[in-house]
Amino acid sequence: MTSTDRAGIAAVARRAAELLPDADVITDRARLRTYECDGLTHYRVTPALVVVPETATQLAAIVAACAEHGVPFVARGSGTGLSGGALPHADGVLVVTSRMRAIREVRREDQRAVVEPGVINLDVTRAATPLGYYYAPDPSSQQVCSIGGNLAENSGGAHCLKYGFTANHVLAADLVTPDGDLVTLGGAAPDSPGYDLLGAVIGSEGTLGIATSVTLRLTRLPEEVRTVLVGFESTDQAGAATSAIIAAGVLPAAIEMMDALAIEAAEAAVQCNYPAGAGAVLVIELDGAADEVAQEYDEVERLCRDHGAFEQRLATDPADRALIWKGRKSAFAAVGRISPDYIVQDGVIPRTALPEVLHAIAELSSSSGVRVANVFHAGDGNLHPLVLFDDAVEGAGAAAEEVSGAILDLCIQHGGSITGEHGVGVDKSAYMPRMYSEEDLDTMQLVRCAFDPHGISNPGKVFPTPRLCGEVPGRHKGPHPLQEAGLAEVF
Amino acid sequence: MDGHTDTPAYDGHLGETGSIVDLGLPAPGGAFDEHHPPDAALIGDCVHCGFCLPTCPTYVLWGEEMDSPRGRIYLMKEGLEGEPLSDAMVSHWDACLGCMSCVTACPSGVQYDTLIEQTRAQVERRHHRSAADRALRGLIFSIFPHPRRLRLLRGPLRGLQRTGLDRALRRTGLLERLSPQLAAMESLAPRLGRPMPLPEHIRASGERRAVVGMLTGCVQGAFFPGVNAATARVLQAEGCDVFVPPGQGCCGALSVHNGREAEAQRYARRIVDTFEAAGVERLVVNAAGCGSTMKDYARLLADDPAYADRARTLAEKVRDVAEVLDELGPVAVRHPLEVSVAYHDACHLAHAQGVRAQPRRLLAGIPGLELREIAEPELCCGSAGIYNILNPEPARELGDRKAANIVATGAELLVTANPGCLMQVASAIARSGRPMGMAHTVEVLDASIRGVPADSLREGTRPSA
Ligand SMILES: Cc1cc2nc3c(=O)[nH]c(=O)nc-3n(C[C@H](O)[C@H](O)[C@H](O)COP(=O)(O)OP(=O)(O)OC[C@H]3O[C@@H](n4cnc5c(N)ncnc54)[C@H](O)[C@@H]3O)c2cc1C
Ligand code: SF4
Ligand code: SF4
Repeated sequence: MTSTDRAGIAAVARRAAELLPDADVITDRARLRTYECDGLTHYRVTPALVVVPETATQLAAIVAACAEHGVPFVARGSGTGLSGGALPHADGVLVVTSRMRAIREVRREDQRAVVEPGVINLDVTRAATPLGYYYAPDPSSQQVCSIGGNLAENSGGAHCLKYGFTANHVLAADLVTPDGDLVTLGGAAPDSPGYDLLGAVIGSEGTLGIATSVTLRLTRLPEEVRTVLVGFESTDQAGAATSAIIAAGVLPAAIEMMDALAIEAAEAAVQCNYPAGAGAVLVIELDGAADEVAQEYDEVERLCRDHGAFEQRLATDPADRALIWKGRKSAFAAVGRISPDYIVQDGVIPRTALPEVLHAIAELSSSSGVRVANVFHAGDGNLHPLVLFDDAVEGAGAAAEEVSGAILDLCIQHGGSITGEHGVGVDKSAYMPRMYSEEDLDTMQLVRCAFDPHGISNPGKVFPTPRLCGEVPGRHKGPHPLQEAGLAEVF
Repeated sequence: MDGHTDTPAYDGHLGETGSIVDLGLPAPGGAFDEHHPPDAALIGDCVHCGFCLPTCPTYVLWGEEMDSPRGRIYLMKEGLEGEPLSDAMVSHWDACLGCMSCVTACPSGVQYDTLIEQTRAQVERRHHRSAADRALRGLIFSIFPHPRRLRLLRGPLRGLQRTGLDRALRRTGLLERLSPQLAAMESLAPRLGRPMPLPEHIRASGERRAVVGMLTGCVQGAFFPGVNAATARVLQAEGCDVFVPPGQGCCGALSVHNGREAEAQRYARRIVDTFEAAGVERLVVNAAGCGSTMKDYARLLADDPAYADRARTLAEKVRDVAEVLDELGPVAVRHPLEVSVAYHDACHLAHAQGVRAQPRRLLAGIPGLELREIAEPELCCGSAGIYNILNPEPARELGDRKAANIVATGAELLVTANPGCLMQVASAIARSGRPMGMAHTVEVLDASIRGVPADSLREGTRPSA
């Protein structure tokens, strides 16, 4: 850290100390280190300062101090991100929202909730359920991840097949811009005129500012829910069944697939009692009006049978359904039971490419000797291969990284994407050029610079190489094509 | 400003792909020495997913990483890697209630219970506490594990003066910290009756179905002799021969939870000796904190060649009273009790021993009794052994939160299976100004089996002056 960095941090720390109780301004090394990583533990950086504000005003004042002194800052919610998005900056401030956790409003009349960014996803549903509503996006980490983190990652979950990602459920947000201004984006009306700045912020991984209040759309609890657990001999069969269901025009709330290794892990963790000997299971959930669900269920049952299902188990009560979901939702963390270390990969492919890609993954796995467990949102082709390794074995980590990277290449080859819901963060920034052309990336950089001209909001994330906003992007000679066309200017 | 990092500053390219620690022996200069440091392999089981965070009472209160299970485990890892033992580090382990809610929540099976115990033993040996802190801890441990001294606390507080402890006590403020609890206890006193020693051997009524030993415990014995009497009666009615060996002493739970390893081992050896001699099939415990420690005796005495195997054998016989009764199934007739009951899961029963269904089944088996669930059931009430004495503020906040959730059930009677919880919740409920009856699970069963009217249970706490 240079002396100017140090002076900047000291100034921000002083400002924070004026605003917050001592305990919420963290400078002690042992304490700072507990914040050095998020859910992706192999990237670790000790932040220079951690602050835990309780109000938007405090948060804005701290960001303003960062702007004034040119100190980088990184937002952090519950620290469950899987792409290193909340990885701190060594010369920067980590702004933690976990004490901003008030649910300000839950309204039946206009079906919305206004919450602070540190509110836990599941707590929104808990608060809305008595009114007959819930918050639809349900990442597997919903019991712990924050709404701020969800917004930043545009998180999804099992039920996004039918209900869409976070972006479909955020109506408005208050944002502290990287200058420290508190602005409101979006509004109570469903569609605000002008540019969709809210849309730009959702999924921006903390690079465009910090959300301090989020207005969420609530969804009516369905009249009927049926959850069925279906056992197949192979992932091929399960994949074919998935495609057949969607082709038949049935849109389940969720279709989730787990392969044998993932089943083994979940079974070890939560004794979810999945069909013995299954090569793959599907968890299919149908919801909606009762008669519609009944009809769809018959259809699904038939299609699964036609595609080789050897067991179909319909949840008989809420406890039963919860156990089926518990198996699925704890699968990532449960892999810790069958392997000391693992990488959670996240990629998307067109649903129809499922069998092919799964075979290619199996080949990668057998040729490299690296075990891969597969858990995924089959309905929308979002794969979560879990690449298992033992860090104590020399070279195992590198081999796993290689397989994990090769899986992403497979996704791109099949017309998919390098991330479905976990974001780019620091982990996948190097893959961005494989998906996007230099021009694409430059255009995104222009958006970023419009919000954050000094490059202090979560710098070094998302994009492969950090650039200052004044720099003429990339290897272009002359002005950027957009500049030339008069569509954008370089700040 | 110590914005120090030991990993290179993040340079915008791929970050460091680190192995967690080269976890063999603790790094020199670090927080731990080689005598049972927190187990590196167990720390390695933590995948940093954070699923434990929202169930951790201190994280719920303060929302900071260091006061979450994930953060506490991370601090242990730092200590192994060479980070020195500091007041800051220790303060976060001290703030842990040991409620084991995180163990229940963790999908990766992290054995936090073992980790925190190992850590606390190291802290007690290696960390220099302030004089006041040492005095307070010393005093607590000169009173709590000793049933006779505890009984002195029961009467009017004046009783204390006779022990000669009062000057020292006043200096540490222990009395002020204890007094709200004691006041609440006093309000329960009319029902408590005199402590009556149990006979050494109580014969099963009817056909004998099991031979069991019974732990009388220190707090249970001193403050809740009625619970012990009820336990013995219910076991007897359900066909158990009950042995209550004298001189069993404390089980060592409080010592274990506070890192006083050697002291805990002494208590454990005495329990092993005593109950081995009694020759019982099951060792029945009615205090959740004691049960969870005793089930883990094998590890506590693992290094003692003379006791290791015997401790394991005894530990396997240990059961909570609800487990034993549920396993045996009812034979004694249940008389109706028209009462609504809120059942509170004691952490050391639900999280540490996984006993949740059995007490509920037993209560639900009583005709007329209506069982109600309490919101945020996984959250600790703040009692946690002597935590409420050492950390009165968080304990009070958690107690009030629990009391509000309990009161919201509208139940007439609160039932739980741990003396610490009863004391803690009693004082919180007294503060809430909404009096309510309180009983241990076995007291309710006892009332039903004996046909005692429900009113005897409903007589509640009075708001304390
Ligand atoms: C076991 C497990 C399962 C998971 N399953 C899923 C899943 O099914 N679907 C899914 O989408 N994700 C999943 N995730 C990933 C993760 O939970 C989500 O990305 C989640 O949204 C992160 O929330 P968080 O509060 O932990 O954010 P953090 O990890 O703290 O931060 C994530 C990013 O958001 C930014 N950020 C945080 N708060 C704010 C704010 N207020 N304003 C602006 N930026 C902010 C941070 O800078 C960072 O870039 C899973 C993670 C784990 C560990
Ligand atoms: S034992 Fe309880 S207080 Fe301690 S870390 Fe676990 S959940 Fe938190
Ligand atoms: S739930 Fe378990 S694995 Fe996850 S952070 Fe907590 S202790 Fe670690």
